[in-house]
Amino acid sequence: MSTLRNMRQNLPVIAPIVALVVLILIGIALNPNFLSYANITNVLARSAFIGIIAIGMTFVITAGGLDLSVGSMAAFVAGLMILVMNLLTDSMGQGLPVILIGIALALGVGILAGFINGILITRAGIEAFILTLGTMGIYRSLVTWLADGGTLSLGYEMREMYRPVYYGGIMGISWPIIVFAALAILGEITMRHTAFGRHCAAIGSNEKVARYSSVSVTRVKLATYVLLGLLVGIAVVMYVPRLGSASATTGLLWELEAIAAVIIGGTLLKGGFGRVWGTVVGVLILSLIGNLLNLTDVVSPYLNGAIQGVVIILAVVLQRNTGTAR
Amino acid sequence: MRKTLIATIALIGLTAMPALSETIGISIPAATHGWAGALNFHAERTVERLKEANPDLDFVLTTTSDPGQQVSDLEDMVATRGIDALVVLPFESEPLTGPIQRIADSGIWVTVVDRGLAQEGIEDLYVAGDNDSFGRTAGTYFADTLDDGAKIVVMRGIASTVDNERVAGFESALEGSGIEVLAMDHGNWNRDTAFNLMQDYLSRFPEIDAVWAADDDMAVGALAAIEQAGRNDEMIVVGGAGMKEMVDRIRNDDKTVPVNVTYPPAMISTAIEMTAMGLTSGAPFSGDFIIASQLITPENAEDFYFEDSPY
Repeated sequence: MSTLRNMRQNLPVIAPIVALVVLILIGIALNPNFLSYANITNVLARSAFIGIIAIGMTFVITAGGLDLSVGSMAAFVAGLMILVMNLLTDSMGQGLPVILIGIALALGVGILAGFINGILITRAGIEAFILTLGTMGIYRSLVTWLADGGTLSLGYEMREMYRPVYYGGIMGISWPIIVFAALAILGEITMRHTAFGRHCAAIGSNEKVARYSSVSVTRVKLATYVLLGLLVGIAVVMYVPRLGSASATTGLLWELEAIAAVIIGGTLLKGGFGRVWGTVVGVLILSLIGNLLNLTDVVSPYLNGAIQGVVIILAVVLQRNTGTAR
Repeated sequence: MRKTLIATIALIGLTAMPALSETIGISIPAATHGWAGALNFHAERTVERLKEANPDLDFVLTTTSDPGQQVSDLEDMVATRGIDALVVLPFESEPLTGPIQRIADSGIWVTVVDRGLAQEGIEDLYVAGDNDSFGRTAGTYFADTLDDGAKIVVMRGIASTVDNERVAGFESALEGSGIEVLAMDHGNWNRDTAFNLMQDYLSRFPEIDAVWAADDDMAVGALAAIEQAGRNDEMIVVGGAGMKEMVDRIRNDDKTVPVNVTYPPAMISTAIEMTAMGLTSGAPFSGDFIIASQLITPENAEDFYFEDSPY
């Protein structure tokens, strides 16, 4: 009896994991190659971009904010990075310095873009939804303009030199997976065991009470957007070496996938409670659905979006049916 | 005598009228992907060239990212710029048919490019690529070169009429060839989606002899995934639309990328030039002008390589 009650109470906590396990079991049943080393590393590596961004998004949402601009921001940072690296190759020649400057630029521009979002939300008091909707359009247009409507491609030699950052790794585990895992662990520790993480939750659940409790609300909120910008920069550093190109369609809908992953993982959309490990599970769930649908012919490819929608809703319903008590 | 003179002068006046100033309105989709980017590139170049060659011609060029905005653009062109001819690539057939019909009814010359309207007989001139031929050319190449029982995978574009026509042409060319299509999924004409899809195809099928990526952006993604898996020597990849990088690989005799199929974005130039000629020369230009897809091979690749094109 008590174990049953325990399970009911724990349902919100374990729901995303249950969904993930079910998806994995379905995968094993459908295709023997599902558990192959190549497939698992593929899925983990492709989850890394949205996963890294979603970790930052967890903090923003926990603190009661939202950022719709991350997909466009990623595209813009990627485009700018490629453009600058190509220009530097002309003047400096190929080499490691060009790559290092490119990486520094991506991280710097990411931080700056996050800072702009954050400062306008906290100081100018613009609603996060509207402001980031605006910056989303701005960055998307800027990358289209930078690319002249086409595709920005990294020069061939530089692409070969930079390629290992996505395809290489240690002991058969590629860099995007390692970086994603490291950031997830750091994020979880920050959320659980630091003042910053607790302040985020406090602000998200009641901004006024947090302010009276001498939490520096503006500074913490600003920090969540800057952190997200930095993580967008890191995701871009991992993304560019994959295909060596960026265009107007780069990062399309990443913001919604990241937000969906955060919510599937159990973070409250209205803020006040967040968990980074849940976000990681959420990202994996979303990636696995796409992977499973590609590995089988069971459903018409026209219905991919519908399947994804059903799983998102199910995962969230499982968590919410225990009521609002938290 | 006097009467005929006046009549002659009037007649001269009439025929000379068009040379005074003609405005051509051009409405095309915004450059949201590579092919549309090249479309914009060629449209702008043609407008510049024609303006220089013919100072009496004036142009209004608008780019749109959705059908609603395109309708507004067309209305603005007619109301405020008084266009004499319209060159339009409809964003979507159905919603644009009515507005374009009203423009045609008001006596403005209408040239429709690539995407046909939902009703026939509205436009004066129709310039288009041939989607059926696009798929059929790739299919015929596979049927001719691959062995009986060869296994292929297909990457489709965004679910649309264009995609359906291409796939129908491709499938009909394969009929009776003994080639087995293992899977057909949507890569949405997108590099990243195609990369993920190709990775999954590679995990799913131990043997793949050829990939038809119905667009070169998808071919780029597919090639990266194949290279990652180290299976370059096992299969060939045939894309489409004649992207610069692909044509370059073909002319360098790349074993993985033996051929490509054209679907020229420069067709917008054909449409603008023909419309301008029709307005200025009086030569007849009405009817359909269908540009067939061609197979780019190492032998003719040089003719399809445009150094300064963005695509």
